[in-house]
Amino acid sequence: MSFVNEHQAIFRAAAGIGLYAGAFGLTFGAVATAAGLSVIQAVVMSAVMFTGASQFALVGILGAGGAPLAALSAALLLGLRNTFYGVPIARLVRPRGLRRASTAHFVIDETTAMAMAQPTVRAGRRAFWATGITLFALWNLGTLGGALIGSGINTSAFGLDAAAPAIFLALLWPQLAREHGRAVALGAVIVTLSLVTAVPAGVPIIAAAAVAIFAGLLPSAASRRPEDE
Amino acid sequence: MTTLWATILVASVASYGLKLAGVSLPESLISHPRVQRIAGLLPIAMLSALVVSDLFDSNRQYAASGPTVAGVAAGALALWRGRSLVAVFLIAILVTASLRAIT
Repeated sequence: MSFVNEHQAIFRAAAGIGLYAGAFGLTFGAVATAAGLSVIQAVVMSAVMFTGASQFALVGILGAGGAPLAALSAALLLGLRNTFYGVPIARLVRPRGLRRASTAHFVIDETTAMAMAQPTVRAGRRAFWATGITLFALWNLGTLGGALIGSGINTSAFGLDAAAPAIFLALLWPQLAREHGRAVALGAVIVTLSLVTAVPAGVPIIAAAAVAIFAGLLPSAASRRPEDE
Repeated sequence: MTTLWATILVASVASYGLKLAGVSLPESLISHPRVQRIAGLLPIAMLSALVVSDLFDSNRQYAASGPTVAGVAAGALALWRGRSLVAVFLIAILVTASLRAIT
């Protein structure tokens, strides 16, 4: 692929991601204000936290009447995956000094996927920044718009209560192919549903993390049969 | 400062801290196979738990909204048919809103 084509392809993909970030940002803003956040609180979350699934998890649990600590724990357990995205991104971008601080802010699902999909280091870096900056701008604009509109509408009439579980499901789907993926998903569903009446909202979700830790400590098929790797 | 503000600020700063740790900590620490395996499975457990909790957990009691469950089920069908994230999202909210409007 020539430099110009590669350049165009990256920006076209970044624009597509920006569009969807705008739509999800609108939804987040509306859902957040419906859960009791102010417009400024929704905007601060999108600007500083800037990791969509954790944001939806936090406001979802708070909106369901869960304790702040439960909401916080679930959001951070979910956000822990960004730590692991940091390894290949740091290897690609090689940030030094203050650049490390700005690079870190953009390490999320979409930027990592886009950067890792590029054939060259230069294209990977370009894709990382193009996706990150476009997504950040539109996610925040969308949040502001959604929060302003959302405080005045009945979000459930627009079906927005289905948005968060549908997004979680879509993020989950491709990961089920991972070793033990389906078993962990099933285990997490059983743990969560069996604890509903026993503990306050949000706590069953945190308890489900134990399923992943347990399964991760089991000997892996890959380490038993290295010839399959 | 209210509890809500404190929760939002702690969550925001800590989420950034998790990202910063990833690009700053020595790779050997993060790349340990067992740590990697747990990290890969953790989002699966959390996302599965969030889906069923959003649909069926109404703070210490089971409760579900028919249109919401149907909307998310329609989204699941779209995923199974290989539709994109945006399509799944739109189908889920459109089905939920339509069913709610006619019931």
